[in-house]
Amino acid sequence: MSEVERSMMDVDIACVGFGPATAGFLKTLGQNLHNEDGTPIAESKVMPGMPPQIICYERADDIGFGVSGVVTRGKAIKETLPDFDPSQVPTACEVKDEKVVYLFDPHGCARKSWLLKFGELFIKPLGGKKKAFALPWIPGFLHKKPGYIFGIGQFCSWIGQDIMGSGTAQVWPGTPVSEALIEGKEVKGVRLIDQGVNRFGEPDAGFMPGMDIHAKLTVVGDGPVGAISRQIDSEIGLPEGSEQNDWAVGMKALIQLPEDCSLEPGTVLHTIGYPEPEIFGYLYVYPGGQASLGIFVPSWFDSPIRTAYRYFQHWMHHPYLWQYLEGGELKSWGAKSLGEWGKHGEPYLAGDGYARVGECSGSTNVLTNSGVDEAWKTGSLLAESVVELLKKDLPFTKENLDKTYVQKRKESWLETDLSIATNARDGFQKGFIRGMIGTALVGMTGGKLYWPSKIKKPHERIPDLETYYSKFFSKKEIAELKKECEAKGAGLHDAFMDRMGWPEIPIDGKVLISQQDALLVGGKVTANPGYHDHVTFKDTELCKGCGSRVCIEACSGEAIQFDSELGIPFFEREKCIHCGACLWNCSHADPENDSLSNVAFVAGSGGLHSAEN
Amino acid sequence: MPNVYHIVVCGSIVPDPLQTLEPVESPAGPSLKNEMMLPAVLDPWASHALYEAAELVKKCPGSKVWLVSVAPKAKLQQVMMNIAQKVPFELVAVEGASSGFMEAAGTANALATAIDGIADLDKSRLLLFGGWESASRGAGAVMQMLGEKLHVTEQFQGVDVLEVGDDDQFLIKERIEGGSYQVNETSGCPVLLGWATGNLPEPKNNPQVGMLNMRTVMPALQRATKADITTGDVDYKSVSLPKQKRETRVEKNMSADAIADEIVTWLNE
Repeated sequence: MSEVERSMMDVDIACVGFGPATAGFLKTLGQNLHNEDGTPIAESKVMPGMPPQIICYERADDIGFGVSGVVTRGKAIKETLPDFDPSQVPTACEVKDEKVVYLFDPHGCARKSWLLKFGELFIKPLGGKKKAFALPWIPGFLHKKPGYIFGIGQFCSWIGQDIMGSGTAQVWPGTPVSEALIEGKEVKGVRLIDQGVNRFGEPDAGFMPGMDIHAKLTVVGDGPVGAISRQIDSEIGLPEGSEQNDWAVGMKALIQLPEDCSLEPGTVLHTIGYPEPEIFGYLYVYPGGQASLGIFVPSWFDSPIRTAYRYFQHWMHHPYLWQYLEGGELKSWGAKSLGEWGKHGEPYLAGDGYARVGECSGSTNVLTNSGVDEAWKTGSLLAESVVELLKKDLPFTKENLDKTYVQKRKESWLETDLSIATNARDGFQKGFIRGMIGTALVGMTGGKLYWPSKIKKPHERIPDLETYYSKFFSKKEIAELKKECEAKGAGLHDAFMDRMGWPEIPIDGKVLISQQDALLVGGKVTANPGYHDHVTFKDTELCKGCGSRVCIEACSGEAIQFDSELGIPFFEREKCIHCGACLWNCSHADPENDSLSNVAFVAGSGGLHSAEN
Repeated sequence: MPNVYHIVVCGSIVPDPLQTLEPVESPAGPSLKNEMMLPAVLDPWASHALYEAAELVKKCPGSKVWLVSVAPKAKLQQVMMNIAQKVPFELVAVEGASSGFMEAAGTANALATAIDGIADLDKSRLLLFGGWESASRGAGAVMQMLGEKLHVTEQFQGVDVLEVGDDDQFLIKERIEGGSYQVNETSGCPVLLGWATGNLPEPKNNPQVGMLNMRTVMPALQRATKADITTGDVDYKSVSLPKQKRETRVEKNMSADAIADEIVTWLNE
């Protein structure tokens, strides 16, 4: 709708997305924006006489919405905040105890290779009644002690209040950015989302075209599925050899633990082995008897019916975890995509008028499984660079940002760590065992050795249902099950998992609740009226011929359903939690761009409304 | 319409109603469990009052809106990042507890002091707006007490409609029982209106309005004085929530009548 007349506003710096990277940027910038005598280090270019005008737009309705437990060594955070006191952040505490626990399958339903089954024979006797075996030793690269546990939402709220209170920047939640304003290869600012439109984006009651925000510098920190990041990658391109193929969805919850729970605040548990070998889990205990917990379902788990929710429930109900969770209460729930490509998918970190920070810039360390502190570091390095350029009155060109931000990043400990971690996950492309060996090799040799493997795009990996289940069911059985599900309008994952022998989830209404209840009780999901659908299907003819429909099965909020009349998926915005998993849970390539899938996930409004995390 | 009004909207913050609210006894008296962790919103009734005030300013050029709010400063700041994008106003912030357990007279005192302190407020042109009750408790007492303290005798509660005529003629529709309105006519300021929901949709986010408001919001928060508001003699004993029975499923093809019939059957079980 470029022909629509739009309002326009000038700022010096516009940030897209308020997460740990942008928080690190704004906090560090705020600390250095004034001289010792209180005068600003530079004058605003758009409002002469004023300090630089800095604004940040966040898509979610609050800067603390979302749900993610974090365990981190907090190196970068402590560099910026030497006096960081975790007691000031609700949910935060120091790491006290760390365990990595191998969970055996109590039901015998998980798909495991013969090698894994053989290996389990030796350690299974150690599992006992709880069907779990705590590893006697944790490799140094996985340790987070000394470090912190906190909920990302509470941390962002806390630091956001501090930033806004300082008066150096404005952070506006509930304001999605729909696109970057790109001229040639220069980013001139951003366009905010249109309001008062129907689901197709056409003007409706109260139509208000999104404003154009012209900025001297656009800081892009909108995460792995952010619309602006992907637009820039698409229009400006990725560096030669850079590919963003490795993904995971983290499904998470905050549980009020039962009063007699023996877990102490500061406890960190990581689990492997169950409910499928490809699925990892975590449980971090906060002060106040609460725990953040969740699982990660990666893109290299090839099941075309990879439901995170059902697996999440089986995982929580495992005897080892259920001993702590039974009698508790789910307070918050949600999901998020993780860009697990790390340096494999590093984009151009800066260009004319823009810089990339955080997860969208490939800052996640896939060896140590950490991303928050690394994201913060990218933001603080950019802030130092911006201060340098402001003081010298130099423009935010690619050349100047390369000389400052990119150079600082390449010289920092972050680059050293990310380089070591680059190939840590490659082996998982060939299976769980080779992945674990590959990770161990990388960790123990500082990245010199790894298990080499080509990292395929998700849509190149996902087999059809018949191939995936060929060892378990006949084609006839599969066809019958699919037909039954279609007739009921139900997804396939429950039917196939039931047939594989997975037991029914014993819903208790407190921790184990239906997925729809998780949306309402846990995620408090809402969709503000007057915004367009942010999930669409590019070529519906491809959808009609799709045998797997992994977008429907993998949707974290059951927001993608099957329209049996049209034979294609349809999207219900009211249920979407904006995890972005549909973007990579598709078995078809975009007909016009093989590096993308057939699902479009653009900027949208609404989603999770819970900050209890 | 040459009338110029000074509209003071009283509105505080409440926990986002989507959250799970659990009353507990704390060392400082009754409160909500994890209240500081919960996201907050501007009280919905006060929000309506604010939007109505902004609409009135559009019709009466030269008029001005102040939003007077008693709340914990950090939370109020967070809420302002949403509200300040909606409509133009000048914030007058008072640092104090805004929990639903706070004593109404204390809150009214704090508001009255804050309003008395607004330097360029012309009380002869005052329209005192607020929610007719609060989402955090629903007692609806604060606005009445505040009106008395400020000597505003013309008070209307449960207001959905305000029509302003020439020479300060006001037509005000108040909600009464049975889904009807009581239609009132009054003339002259000051007038107090405790708003129900009004008839306006929530305004769209407007970044320019946000930028404009922020010039006064942050200084107002920094200037905020402290008000000593307590729970008074309130002693929290217990709360009993209605028993919930959840049965959630997605129905795409049922008619509205069939859904209604099923709900009635379910309720009767």
